[in-house]
Amino acid sequence: MSGQHCLDADSAQWLRTLQGSGPDRDRALARLHALLLRVARSELRRREGRHPVTGPELDDLAHQAADDALVAVIAKLGQFRGESRFTTWAYKFAVLEVSAKLGRHFWQRPATFLGTDQWERLPDRLHLRPDQLAEQADLLAALRQAVEEHLTDRQRRVFTAIVVDGIPLDALVVQLGSNRNAIYKTMFEARRKLRAALVANGYLAGPDGGPAGLDSMRRSS
Amino acid sequence: MTDWPGLEEFLRTDPRDVGCDHALRILHVYVDLVLSEGTGSAARRYPGVAAHLLACGPCSDDYDGLLAAAGQAAGDDHA
Repeated sequence: MSGQHCLDADSAQWLRTLQGSGPDRDRALARLHALLLRVARSELRRREGRHPVTGPELDDLAHQAADDALVAVIAKLGQFRGESRFTTWAYKFAVLEVSAKLGRHFWQRPATFLGTDQWERLPDRLHLRPDQLAEQADLLAALRQAVEEHLTDRQRRVFTAIVVDGIPLDALVVQLGSNRNAIYKTMFEARRKLRAALVANGYLAGPDGGPAGLDSMRRSS
Repeated sequence: MTDWPGLEEFLRTDPRDVGCDHALRILHVYVDLVLSEGTGSAARRYPGVAAHLLACGPCSDDYDGLLAAAGQAAGDDHA
């Protein structure tokens, strides 16, 4: 993924103009901002129903995302290697800015998302039908016990926040002053440990279709 | 054994999963490959990214958004 790839004509034109100066560059910047703003607006609308932002506030957030995306594109222009179309590379900054801004915005109204005994809602979050709830009660209890016994404090905190309390990962990133990759890796290890615990106790099938036993459990801890 | 596929799917981890940083670093390359050669081709070329997008909700959401944006009219490309 290193070195300059052969640029398509449109991407080369974008790069040449943005690296230049004068009115041509100003026009290209304005055009790029308009495109980034359209992407940010579309992205916020596409995610409607999963965030509470509407009306003028949504448009304001779209403008903020487009402004910050344009700054990032210009700052990183030298890193564009032509591995994709220029616009796809640039649009990525707008999409990522929307995600980051929605993560920060979550904490302005967290009460609309959080309840008190969220463990009771876990089956619904993980798509268990209500008529199956009784027969899976033991599994739910085993999962809760595994969370207490097999996860580190950090893993338990992240797992509970995301899976039990339903806090979006990007919002948790803001709360913990972390980044998406670090939180994801913490969750990845937590999932692996919990699965191994449930397999060892016969609640889930192991790789060969049967209980994996204690050896598998030890490997994952 | 349980019959709770949602939980099993959620707890399953793929050792090929490259994580968010790597996936987002090349997301634009992956998206253009999907648009030009199809999802299967992109997944074969970057199996670790495909595994990550299946497991990570936020990155999958970013992928969907970028795919929609990049898939729009080619006329956008002109400076």
